[in-house]
Amino acid sequence: MSVEPGEYGAVGDAADMGGERSGDAPLPPAGMGAQVKELLRRSWLVRIGLFLVAVAVLLAIVGPYLARFPLEEATPNANLPPSTTYWFGTDPNGFDVFSRVLAAPRIDVAIALVATAIAFFIGSAIGLLTGYYRGWPGEFVMRIADLIQSFPLYVLAIIIVVLTGRNFQNIVLVIALLNIPIYVRLVRSQVLSLRERTFVEAGKAAGTTDLNIAVRHVLPNGLSPALAQVPITIGFAILITAGLSFIGAGVRPPTPEWGVMVASGAESIIIGEWWISFFPGVAISLTVFGFAVVGEALRAVFLREV
Amino acid sequence: MLLSVRGLSVEYRQVGSANRTVTGASLEVPAGEVVGLVGESGCGKSTLALAVLGMTRRSGQIVGGSVEFEGQKLFDVSQGSSLTEDEWRAYRGREIGLVVQHPRGAFNPVKRIGEQIDRHYQVHSGASSGEARRRTLELLEQVGINDPQRRVNSFPHELSGGMAQRALIAMALSPSPKLLIADEATTALDVTIQEQILDLLDELRRTHKLGMIVVSHDMGVVANYCDRVYLMNAGEVVEHAPVERFFEEVAHPAAIALLAAQGVGHDHRAVRLRGLPVDTRRVPPGCRLHLRCPFASSDAGCSTVHPELSNFHDGHQVRCHRAADVTALAQAARPPAESDGGTDV
Repeated sequence: MSVEPGEYGAVGDAADMGGERSGDAPLPPAGMGAQVKELLRRSWLVRIGLFLVAVAVLLAIVGPYLARFPLEEATPNANLPPSTTYWFGTDPNGFDVFSRVLAAPRIDVAIALVATAIAFFIGSAIGLLTGYYRGWPGEFVMRIADLIQSFPLYVLAIIIVVLTGRNFQNIVLVIALLNIPIYVRLVRSQVLSLRERTFVEAGKAAGTTDLNIAVRHVLPNGLSPALAQVPITIGFAILITAGLSFIGAGVRPPTPEWGVMVASGAESIIIGEWWISFFPGVAISLTVFGFAVVGEALRAVFLREV
Repeated sequence: MLLSVRGLSVEYRQVGSANRTVTGASLEVPAGEVVGLVGESGCGKSTLALAVLGMTRRSGQIVGGSVEFEGQKLFDVSQGSSLTEDEWRAYRGREIGLVVQHPRGAFNPVKRIGEQIDRHYQVHSGASSGEARRRTLELLEQVGINDPQRRVNSFPHELSGGMAQRALIAMALSPSPKLLIADEATTALDVTIQEQILDLLDELRRTHKLGMIVVSHDMGVVANYCDRVYLMNAGEVVEHAPVERFFEEVAHPAAIALLAAQGVGHDHRAVRLRGLPVDTRRVPPGCRLHLRCPFASSDAGCSTVHPELSNFHDGHQVRCHRAADVTALAQAARPPAESDGGTDV
């Protein structure tokens, strides 16, 4: 996995998308649903991305029930190569790699979804408030955001998880914390310009309360970039979860989790037992790729709209 | 008196300086009358209009004066009294409506027109959503929007400028305000639509018995639709008069310049104001306009004594040391009718 944590959120130009309409083409007078459909029709890449996301989410729900062998029960059949019995081979504990690859999204995708949801809601709320009511509290919050973002991601994650304890809840909170500044910035930057728009003044002159203006009028207009960021955050959250687990700061083995599985096979690659790390590694790549493509497509749709 | 503004001053505070864009402005709007508030760009007319609602833009602050609406004090800076934000909301939108310059920008771009007008009415009247929708359709019809049933489902960007302006007027009227402030409400529209909107406002004024403040820099609009004119320059009210009186014997150089610039009645070369609008951060001593004024003279004290707003005629006040001379000189500057009749409107 060569994606640097520092590149977080730095996504390519929307025009790279296979299905991007040329810039000058007028928008069809249609809602967002129609635009998404249009994007799907034009781009095979987006279709693949959506398919991968759908599979990941589906596996998070039903994955553990598809296991062909017990997931966490050591057997003497260790390090067997892929065969008709063990489709993806077995690992040093004699676990069936195939079953565990399918079961892992229950942990990885769940952590990512919950962490992203927390980051999105808290980050957007803070971004809205600090953008709409300017002043020193907002500046203070932004400096804290700077502080969080200036730390190397993994180092910060490791420190916090080690200090607070390795469990599901703490991993979720750490990933949420790391992503909150991104949503604060995205929403705040929109709100800062939106609050100067005529409809805010008109709203106030019409007797609307400040909070009402902020929540009902400013927020819906400034949420698009944050929404487009959601799938990208989910993808990176999966990557961080797996990364933390890989270095032993995340989910504990023998829980079926992709990072743990890659780690368990890392030492045997050199002696030719590639399957132990390879299949979970591919699973991580495809899932993150899928979320990234969907995020990119959402961005293309949202950003054209405003 | 529906609205009386007395001695209103608004300041914009920046680091190290204070920009007083409105200085001691007074204005009265009788019920059912239309008051025109005119002046060149940046003279403080929009700031004044907004301050009536107790509002300012960005770093602005109301630093002096009082506003009374139907005998009720909305704020009085000298007594340090003002309505609370909650109390203000009973006036903003409900008693005093504001129609802004960029109609499409005044609507929330992600919500349907009908929804926004409905809600405005509901908030101020406590009506049910069904009643509000009926009211909205009725008002949209009244302001001349075809097929209101379909239009309520439009988003702001789907309306033309004129249509959005009508919708905005409908929204402002829905809680039946007693005063409507039209801040350059027609400036962004082309002249034919502008006329339709103004005729509409004029008609609504009569049917709804509205008092109105029309903020504009278009003398034609003022001449045709207003009962009384207030002219502002450099943050001060420099002339006010009943509209017939104003156009019959215009007395302030700024007024003549505005008229002349629109080709009304005078040779514009003779009565042009020099240079840029006065920078209200650095007002010169004496008359604020004297450096730009073709009529300024040191004998009259233009460069040393700040002129007061004084009676020129009954009900016609002017802030100019040379008002009497200016009127005469301006008459003399009229081009001879036979040689230049074409431009003489």
